[in-house]
Amino acid sequence: MPSLKDLKNRIETVKSTRKITKAMQMVAAAKLRRAQDAAEAARPYAERFNAVMAGLAASVGGSPSAPKLLSGTGADQVHLLVVMTAERGLCGGFNGNIAKLARSHAQKLMADGKTVKILTVGKKGRDAIKRDLGEHFVGHVDLTEVKRVGYTDAQGIAKDVLGRFDAGEFDVATLFFARFENVVTQHPTAQQIIPAAFEETEGDAAATLYDYEPSEEAILADLLPRGVATQIFTALLENAASEQGARMSAMDNATRNAGEMIDKLTIQYNRSRQAVITNELIEIISGAEAL
Amino acid sequence: MANVQFDLVSPERRLASVEASEVQIPGADGDMTAMQGHAPTITTLRPGVLRVIHGSGTDEYVVSGGFAEITAGGVSVLAESALPRDEVTQDVFNQMVADAKAAHENAKEVFKNEPGPVDDAAKLLSDMVAVGGHIGLTAQN
Repeated sequence: MPSLKDLKNRIETVKSTRKITKAMQMVAAAKLRRAQDAAEAARPYAERFNAVMAGLAASVGGSPSAPKLLSGTGADQVHLLVVMTAERGLCGGFNGNIAKLARSHAQKLMADGKTVKILTVGKKGRDAIKRDLGEHFVGHVDLTEVKRVGYTDAQGIAKDVLGRFDAGEFDVATLFFARFENVVTQHPTAQQIIPAAFEETEGDAAATLYDYEPSEEAILADLLPRGVATQIFTALLENAASEQGARMSAMDNATRNAGEMIDKLTIQYNRSRQAVITNELIEIISGAEAL
Repeated sequence: MANVQFDLVSPERRLASVEASEVQIPGADGDMTAMQGHAPTITTLRPGVLRVIHGSGTDEYVVSGGFAEITAGGVSVLAESALPRDEVTQDVFNQMVADAKAAHENAKEVFKNEPGPVDDAAKLLSDMVAVGGHIGLTAQN
């Protein structure tokens, strides 16, 4: 049975924990708004880009001279997994879910006899899969110093990935990140970026016959690397929003749990205080009776 | 005269969405002006000045990288980087030229025996310097 003083200390501790989680929740809420705005602002570019690329890919894709970024290397042996997670923890299952998806994907590939290489973005994911897949790491991108992800960050990662592709280090690249649905739901997603897979948009892009300047092939060759950067940028933004959303709901839970714990401890504290008083009274009364 | 819907977007934000009477685009193969009824065209961009003429005046943007999609009723420019001309100060411009220069040096190093990428980088650099001429800034260093 803990003493009264112990209980009082416990209550104080949990109270200050609650203060911290409450503050973190509010910070996450503010950051989430900003991250969502950024994701929103990037959407028109990504949508237009994909529509044009889908049209181009459809018309050039079949020819044997199509760029390797579109048609692939012809092999399917070496896979690069780009695992994008947060730089910070305390955001519920966010990092764990992405790591889990990446891990099961990697294990499936290895079971099929493929070679797996892993590029990590964000140190939490790196730590999470280090034990199982540490020997497959080929690189790491550190975004600790980055306050707001910008397009240049995405370009940096894209340059790294494309450099490896040109050097023939892998055949297929897949991005792992969490797609932001709402504050309580974020979907861990795997998205293939090389060879490029564009979602077919209905009508519109295919319906209009464009003049291309310079040629279709030249435009495609120019735009494909930019497409990789755009997809990475979109993933980074989705991830940033998801991280803040996950943190917000995790901290909301933590705050609520702390509140419940305080209530429980307070009841316990009051009961034992009452017990002490009763004890004292019994002692006094029995002392008086003995006289 | 009929207008076209003009949109300028960069990966990070939408810079402009206006009704314009004509749009001058720095295409990779040369400048072009898009007006209402232009044949559907897709062109890549070189670093340059994008001029939008609309009812209440002319807007100018410094763009580089990306492409423009022209249809009969609209022009969308998807630029990898785009800044309103006022925001391109000497410092910003110096940075852009320095980046292009670094890319050129890098290309020279990486592609020793392939003239293609090196020439491309050299063209990017000279385009970048030419941009300065258009907006009254000179490349220092």
